[in-house]
Amino acid sequence: MTPTTPLGRTAVALDQRFGGAKFMKKTFNKVFPDHWSFMLGEIALYSFIVLLLSGVYLTLWFKPSMTEVVYNGSYMPLHGVKMSEAYASTLNISFDVRGGLLMRQIHHWAALFFVASISVHMLRVFFTGAFRKPRELQWIIGLVLLVLAVIEGFAGYSLPDDLLSGTGLRISQALMQASPVFGSWMAFFVFGGEFPGLDFIPRLYMVHVLLIPLIFLGLIGAHVGMVAYQKHTQYPGPGRTNRNVVGFPLLPVYIAKAGGFFFAVFGVIILLGGLVTINPVWLFGPYVPDQVSAGSQPDWYMGFLDGAVRMMPNWELHLWDHTLSLNIMIPGMILPVVMLAVVGAYPWLEAWATRRTGEHHLLDRPRNVPTRTALGAAFLSFYLVLFIESGNDLIAAAFHLSINQITIAFRVMIFLVPVFVFWLTKRIALSLQRRDVDRLLHGNESGRLLRLPHGEFIEVHAPLNERDLARLSANPGLAPIEAPAATDDAGHPTPGLRVKRLQARVSHFFYGDRIVPPSVEEIEAAQAQLQSGHEPHGELTQH
Amino acid sequence: MTAARLRRPAATLALLVLSAAPAVSAYAAAPTSASAVRTANQPSDPLVWGKMLYQEGCASCHGLTGQGLNGVPSVVAKGAAGVDFEVSTGRMPLATITDQALRRPHSLYTEDQTAAMAAYVASLGQGSEPAIPTVAQVDWKRADLAMGGELFRTNCAQCHSFAGQGGALTLGKQAPNLMQATPTQIYEAMLIGPNNMPQFSDATLPPAQKQAVIRYIEFLKQPDNPGGLNLGRLGPVSEGLFGWVAGFGLLVVIAVWIGVKAK
Repeated sequence: MTPTTPLGRTAVALDQRFGGAKFMKKTFNKVFPDHWSFMLGEIALYSFIVLLLSGVYLTLWFKPSMTEVVYNGSYMPLHGVKMSEAYASTLNISFDVRGGLLMRQIHHWAALFFVASISVHMLRVFFTGAFRKPRELQWIIGLVLLVLAVIEGFAGYSLPDDLLSGTGLRISQALMQASPVFGSWMAFFVFGGEFPGLDFIPRLYMVHVLLIPLIFLGLIGAHVGMVAYQKHTQYPGPGRTNRNVVGFPLLPVYIAKAGGFFFAVFGVIILLGGLVTINPVWLFGPYVPDQVSAGSQPDWYMGFLDGAVRMMPNWELHLWDHTLSLNIMIPGMILPVVMLAVVGAYPWLEAWATRRTGEHHLLDRPRNVPTRTALGAAFLSFYLVLFIESGNDLIAAAFHLSINQITIAFRVMIFLVPVFVFWLTKRIALSLQRRDVDRLLHGNESGRLLRLPHGEFIEVHAPLNERDLARLSANPGLAPIEAPAATDDAGHPTPGLRVKRLQARVSHFFYGDRIVPPSVEEIEAAQAQLQSGHEPHGELTQH
Repeated sequence: MTAARLRRPAATLALLVLSAAPAVSAYAAAPTSASAVRTANQPSDPLVWGKMLYQEGCASCHGLTGQGLNGVPSVVAKGAAGVDFEVSTGRMPLATITDQALRRPHSLYTEDQTAAMAAYVASLGQGSEPAIPTVAQVDWKRADLAMGGELFRTNCAQCHSFAGQGGALTLGKQAPNLMQATPTQIYEAMLIGPNNMPQFSDATLPPAQKQAVIRYIEFLKQPDNPGGLNLGRLGPVSEGLFGWVAGFGLLVVIAVWIGVKAK
């Protein structure tokens, strides 16, 4: 059959030459599961596209040069002030290029959303266990993307060479200098001599507009490609198993949903860019090393590091005529590396403590893995304490508190809050599991009271609907691994006993506290009884 | 029916807000400062009047001759400018013993009373103490705006922040927001260096430069902001908060909306 429409004829012509029909059909029919939390990564992808487009516009006028010029553009309060060409061209974009300020603000808001959506997407992946086999590499790629996004954002924040960004760069130079032995050399190398120097802004510009965006493109391509190849995970629900994907096809449903969401993300970013000031560089003024403003903070994604440095006691070591700045090194270098290592290694740690080798395509409900959920919440609270501490001066000013006392309070909280949050989250998760078991075995409370002939009141319980039944009975109910005996039956010592005992201990930490989920038979029996109108287990009708 | 409706979290929240509203509004309406000092028996000589007012409102802490008592600073050294600054901004008399006198919305004294007290305190000194700047001295309208900006960023921004919004100092003290300060008060503050602020004598910051600083602060007071809402001009903290709550929050709401199952 030959197509009659021009579009059809073009498609056939293209297929005859390049043979894409089969691939297209497969792609368009690809099924994606439906859930709002699966769209968080999409926000990151779409804000990246906005970043590319607005960034290209900005490169047309931005001059990454430290050459000193005298400003004579249209922003009067800086008229005649000496500044770098980078800063002058940023002012030029803001005040004299048509649409320039809008583009700058779009670019900056998109950057904040880019990092925010990657972070929240990662939290979703963590709490639902989507990082498990076979998606560990996706987790690592995501983590690398997050780190690169933070570096890229910081580079962009630093390029305009305004007072705020210069202050930030001075801190990053101090971080480099705090590295033992090679710190000074590294700082000299990166800045091409003394701070701030003439070399750094052009170098940073290359990193910001070329190097990191290229790595982004490659990694985002790999990340999205692997989602298509490995299939998307799904939440437990009716008909959903570890071996299928239940959802809608890409065409027409997901193209419409994702396309619509793209424009929504685009729209929100442009709305903010048009209505809400971000990074008013004209108020900061040009960077001069002897000036600094109160309330100098980094953009939000660097806030936790800033908070860590603010929180750290002023410890220094003097060894063999050298100063070791523990006050900068521990919070500024060791802490982020440790945090990244923990996050990166987590999938393997959990797999080791679980000793499950199979693939996981069905997501966990966070309550069903209480220790993982509690660890994630504790990590998040640790991060948030650092993050809030970075605004300690604004908190002190806004609430008329002492900045010193706030800092001392945060030094205590950084240790206590995560422990408390861990305990609380685990208790809540276990309680929610108990509630699930209760609903599975006793049905939903209907709110209807029934008076029996002999005078007793009972509450009528209703059977669960299909969706709830599938969701609630999806608890894998993992049990901890037990350590093997020291010797086998024949009296030979067990090989690798120490490691196995450690593994058992870690496993008990993860799965020791558990609510044993009811078996399939128990659930079926209970629900069947509910369907027939009788109270299962008879607990409520006992005299 | 009603009970079932109240079980909804949104309804509970609304009920809480409603029940708290009278208490909150009563708190907000409560008087925040002592009533203004009365002006009975006003003598004709400003020095006599000023002395009367001083003895009534200031002497219990600062001493009968303004010399200071028990760690309370002397008022004589800061002269008429000091009196005018502290009283016209409502910082003095102190409402409560705090880390630092805070600005009141209104001064407790009229302009004439303040001038009388300032004249009296000036008469206690040797004549070299800072005087209240004249109208011509604080005339900032022809001062150099760009120079004012540079001076502001070099000398003021480190405590008062880049847009004059103020900031925290150590141990509960703070550099105040400058948006309410009048040109005369700013000039006086530079002359006397209240609290933790350094003194900017005419030798370090000549009058023309002081006027330039005032001009820049007056520029900062203007409400127009090229980029739209200014978010309090607090820098990345308020931007981040707004971005997360309003911007990212909106995106998540849209995602939930798109992700809702067709029924």
